[in-house]
Amino acid sequence: MIGINHYLTLAAILFTISIMGLLLNRKNIIIILMSIELMLLAVNFNFIAFSSFLNDSAGQIFVFFTLTVAAAEAAVGLAILILLFRNLRSINVKDMDKLKG
Amino acid sequence: MITNLLFYIFATILISSAICVIVVKNPVHSVLYLVLTFVTSSCLWMMLKAEFLSLALIVIYVGAVMVLFLFVVMMLDIDSENIKEGFFANLPLAITVGVIVLGEIIIALYGRPIITENINNINQNISNANQLGFELYTHYSYPVELASIILLLGLVIAVALTLQKTDKKAKYQNINKQVMVNSKDRLVLLDIKNNTAVDINDGANK
Repeated sequence: MIGINHYLTLAAILFTISIMGLLLNRKNIIIILMSIELMLLAVNFNFIAFSSFLNDSAGQIFVFFTLTVAAAEAAVGLAILILLFRNLRSINVKDMDKLKG
Repeated sequence: MITNLLFYIFATILISSAICVIVVKNPVHSVLYLVLTFVTSSCLWMMLKAEFLSLALIVIYVGAVMVLFLFVVMMLDIDSENIKEGFFANLPLAITVGVIVLGEIIIALYGRPIITENINNINQNISNANQLGFELYTHYSYPVELASIILLLGLVIAVALTLQKTDKKAKYQNINKQVMVNSKDRLVLLDIKNNTAVDINDGANK
């Protein structure tokens, strides 16, 4: 029988893959944004799994709000990405050092 | 039995497509694999009896966010040849961090039994969408309004950031003028005597 641990392990593997994606793709900021989306998905997975196995609707409500924030975040992130590409002609993370941080 | 089989099939597709998202060369393929990841996880959410959210995931993510990503990827002309430069240089670091993170989560998961006492505030007689809608508009009505403000903010920020400077109708801040402004240009101090009229233009002429 598939228990809650199966789903939580699946979410953990998904989260790890997205962290590795963040570290591997230093040249392409689009993949980094997509890895962040994957991370949010993995976290939502945990919420849904607990909500289902505990018969608690609060987890699903929380996922609803996470989806809202993730959509707004994707829109703003892509707007910043377009602005960066217009100014730098590149989406390489190495070129984004204007702030000299 | 069939649900066990379905879980393992979906989990395999989910993990392999997630790996493909981060390793394929072409960003367009990467976006398409991400779409596959979202569709598969929506199937898994359906198996977890979260019907409304699994359909919302398809509508919001596959329908809106991923299409936005696809637009952006196609609009920017990226040379996919040297985009993967440094991929193998970072591989040892990524594998180390990945193994540590996964190990920590697994230890946290299996270290002690997870409490699964039944909270039971899901009404089994009404549909999942009905239940969520009822909760959202009663107990969570203020968070719903906050969420709408966040979406409005996202809209305004996206428009404000990507406006072109050549558009004559657009209003812009002139940052040079703002920085160079003097306090005397903005603030006029007048000596006002008791019971006398004040000429407003008095200070401006100084």
